[in-house]
Amino acid sequence: MSEILARLEGVSRIYQKGKEKVEVLHELNLEIPKGDFIAIMGPSGSGKTTLLNLLGGLDKPTAGTVTVGGAELSAMSNSQLSHWRSTNVGFIFQFYNLLPVLTALRNVELPLLLTDFNSKERVKRASIALDIVGLADRAKHYPRELSGGQEQRVAIARAIVSDPSLLLCDEPTGDLDRETADEILRLLQVLNREHGKTIVMVTHDAQAADYANRTLHCDKGTLEAKEAA
Amino acid sequence: MKYFRLIWKNAWRKKIRTSLTILSVFVAFLLFALLSAIGFAFRGGVDVADAERLIIIDKVSLINPLPMSYMNRVAATDGVESVTHASWFGGYYQEPRNQFGQFPVDPQSYFDMYPEFKMPAEQFEAFKRNRTGAVVGQELAKTYGWKVGDQIPIQATIWTKADGGRTWEFQLEGIFSTDDPRGSTALMLFQYDYFEEARAFAKGTVGWYILRVAKGADPIQVAKAIDLQFANSPNETETSTEAAFAQSFTKQFGNIALIVTLILGAVFFTLLLVSGNTMSQSVREKIPELAVLKTLGFGDRTVLGIVLSESILIMLLGGLLGLGTGWLFVQGLAKGMAAFLPGVYLSPAALAGGVAMMIGAGILAGIFPALKAMRLSIIEALARS
Repeated sequence: MSEILARLEGVSRIYQKGKEKVEVLHELNLEIPKGDFIAIMGPSGSGKTTLLNLLGGLDKPTAGTVTVGGAELSAMSNSQLSHWRSTNVGFIFQFYNLLPVLTALRNVELPLLLTDFNSKERVKRASIALDIVGLADRAKHYPRELSGGQEQRVAIARAIVSDPSLLLCDEPTGDLDRETADEILRLLQVLNREHGKTIVMVTHDAQAADYANRTLHCDKGTLEAKEAA
Repeated sequence: MKYFRLIWKNAWRKKIRTSLTILSVFVAFLLFALLSAIGFAFRGGVDVADAERLIIIDKVSLINPLPMSYMNRVAATDGVESVTHASWFGGYYQEPRNQFGQFPVDPQSYFDMYPEFKMPAEQFEAFKRNRTGAVVGQELAKTYGWKVGDQIPIQATIWTKADGGRTWEFQLEGIFSTDDPRGSTALMLFQYDYFEEARAFAKGTVGWYILRVAKGADPIQVAKAIDLQFANSPNETETSTEAAFAQSFTKQFGNIALIVTLILGAVFFTLLLVSGNTMSQSVREKIPELAVLKTLGFGDRTVLGIVLSESILIMLLGGLLGLGTGWLFVQGLAKGMAAFLPGVYLSPAALAGGVAMMIGAGILAGIFPALKAMRLSIIEALARS
């Protein structure tokens, strides 16, 4: 049996919206084995992104526990979570979220600023990450000088540069055409299969979900397996 | 330092806005430099004052002369090491606008009293020998292009000569300088004996006395003893430290320090509003990016530091440029105004104060936007973007 990287036990997340309480996740249980590639699908507001935020230590559950790589995130303080995120998880967003004032290389270098590596080592590692995503020749380009697909590749390089075991992708192909989306998804597949990254990807796109090992359907705060890969 | 690139690039995200903010900071610190230097000139005497020198003036007014007969009595007072005197001449060179300080003094005792004034020994000896000789400070000699041996006619505005003439002729015997960059040498000294002999009135008097307190003596007690000695006489005295004397002299021009403080206060208040607004806008625009930084693992304090550093950087860029330009202006101003307003000087203390103000203003302008960035909720910010 595969080693479990992340585990959610009895997780509920309730948001207060004015006087109303909205339960986004309801007593959810989930185990994510190391090296898995999971796609999470579901309608808007079903709790997909909330689930991703909990796994990434960006949010805390109202009830239940979230454990990733042996660390219980739900018990950590904000500063502990910040430190944990910097080394254990990489985020990939729909709109890339690169800093427009920095070149591709410097965007990729950002997570390494939180480490003790010197400037030369940081640049070396960022260059390797860019090479992995096939953008070594675009290192000195600013985001405005790159296509959407290239921007997303830079974002992926930034997510993997500190070698986290878990990659969380929130609609990573939502802003891309089919062909470019397939390129990005193939790249994620390579990262999963060849580099051993555990990937959790939220998507609306069934074709994108096909690249994952398995797909979970999220609706009304609960999860169910949709189909096996 | 590893965040410097990020801070620098963020600061220049909106080039025009940042340039305009830096320009406003530049103007504020240029004004700061100029006003500090001018303020220094007005209180210059206070800053270079020697704590062991006391000044004796007439109790009623500085312009009332004191009898020459006081000299020996002051010298004989316990705790007094040496005494000299000076008087205000108040003349001008060639044109009324060429005004500077001229003082009839006793050469030997005056230069003993002010060892900070340095002059070649042969020039000093020549000055002592020549009754109509005079010495001038380096600043003044430079302003009017005077050389040793020049004849310098000074037009009197107060002291007419016994023969009715108002032109006093002097031979320039020496040029003195001072090692203290804060001290002015825009003054002319000439022989009291010549002044006493040639003037038409008020003979047997001097403007004020200067005394050096003996080592170990208490200047306050010495001052009290002197004033007590001349109490109930026609010329009661007021003895104070050189600094207090310089301060009361400066107050004749109004409260310069208060005026300078008020102007700078208004300038810096406006500066804080301008730069605070810039930083608030800057943080508002960067909310999604700050959320990304926090997502990547940048802690709350790191984000606070990055935003604050950006604010301080903008202040330092404009401020150092302003202070530097101000320093250059002050060099020119000091030369141009040496005779009219000596001692225009941008002191190291003012420069250090300026840098401290830049950092302080940077913190004040950036603290609220920085706190906002620090408290930013990642989820809300990402959802908004």
